[in-house]
Amino acid sequence: MDELDRKIVNALQRDFPICDHPFATVAADLGTTELDLLSRLQKLRDENILTRFGPLYNADRFGGAVSLCAMAVPNDDFDEVAEKVNAYSQVAHNYERGHTLNMWFVLATETQDELLETLTHIETDTGLTVRNMPKLQEFYVGLHFEV
Amino acid sequence: MWDCTLKSSETAPNEMTSDALALLDREVILATQAGLPLVPEPYQQIADQLKVNVSLLKQRLTLMRDDGRIRRIGAVPNHYKLGYTANGMSVWDVPDDRIQMLGDAVGDLGFVSHCYHRPRFLPDWSYNLFAMVHGRDRDEVFEKAKIIKELLGDDCRAHDILFSSRILKKTGIRIGG
Repeated sequence: MDELDRKIVNALQRDFPICDHPFATVAADLGTTELDLLSRLQKLRDENILTRFGPLYNADRFGGAVSLCAMAVPNDDFDEVAEKVNAYSQVAHNYERGHTLNMWFVLATETQDELLETLTHIETDTGLTVRNMPKLQEFYVGLHFEV
Repeated sequence: MWDCTLKSSETAPNEMTSDALALLDREVILATQAGLPLVPEPYQQIADQLKVNVSLLKQRLTLMRDDGRIRRIGAVPNHYKLGYTANGMSVWDVPDDRIQMLGDAVGDLGFVSHCYHRPRFLPDWSYNLFAMVHGRDRDEVFEKAKIIKELLGDDCRAHDILFSSRILKKTGIRIGG
């Protein structure tokens, strides 16, 4: 990544314009050409420096249900339980974290009922208790990494 | 910073019913949630794909951005690749009757990427305020958590930082199948 790539990564974490030639608009702002910006963006995507580029939808504004769930998984069973949990398409992210509650995953479903059903299935499958920690309130969401 | 406001001639055709618009929005979401095409006219390409006028598409996207269904249009960097390898979920036990003010203040800190009020599970989980903090190493996360602790002052009754040691799955949330 050179200086311009870093500027691109920073600029594109802000709102991207909705107009006929949005890349030309952003390119002009960064002092480059539309073509150069597009080829650099393609490279940043190919190298997985940018994992996504486009509209970021707010899932819980679409009638669906989203929750953060935590489990205390015995160390010896960890990989086996991870495999079982990850097999559910409703599991969007899953992280191992350093705590007694060592498995943290995000469940996203079309309905609240489906969320609770999925939780019950995971508990039955794994024989472990799932702590359901839906957000009660959102104060801020806005991932931004300056480089 | 980029001024691309819609002209009044680009408003939606009045004859479209709210059902038709809801259906269109769903199509727009399905067509764009994996990303925008990296071409000079990305909206034109999506509009062609959906067989709608590009003005209408731009109007629906603008509306969804304004009403919050779209948080923003832009890039999601891979924070590991950018050197932010330490990912700490900081959790705090604060008084419920003050969490609104405290949550807003913590969420305003530039280095907090997500900030939520979540339920406690007493007796072994007393934390009700979650703030995600990223750093180039754990020390940087500890430094940032210290700033949160100072901000909360006496309202912080207990806290912890849960570092991620492994990503087990990361497919992202998809809407509508």
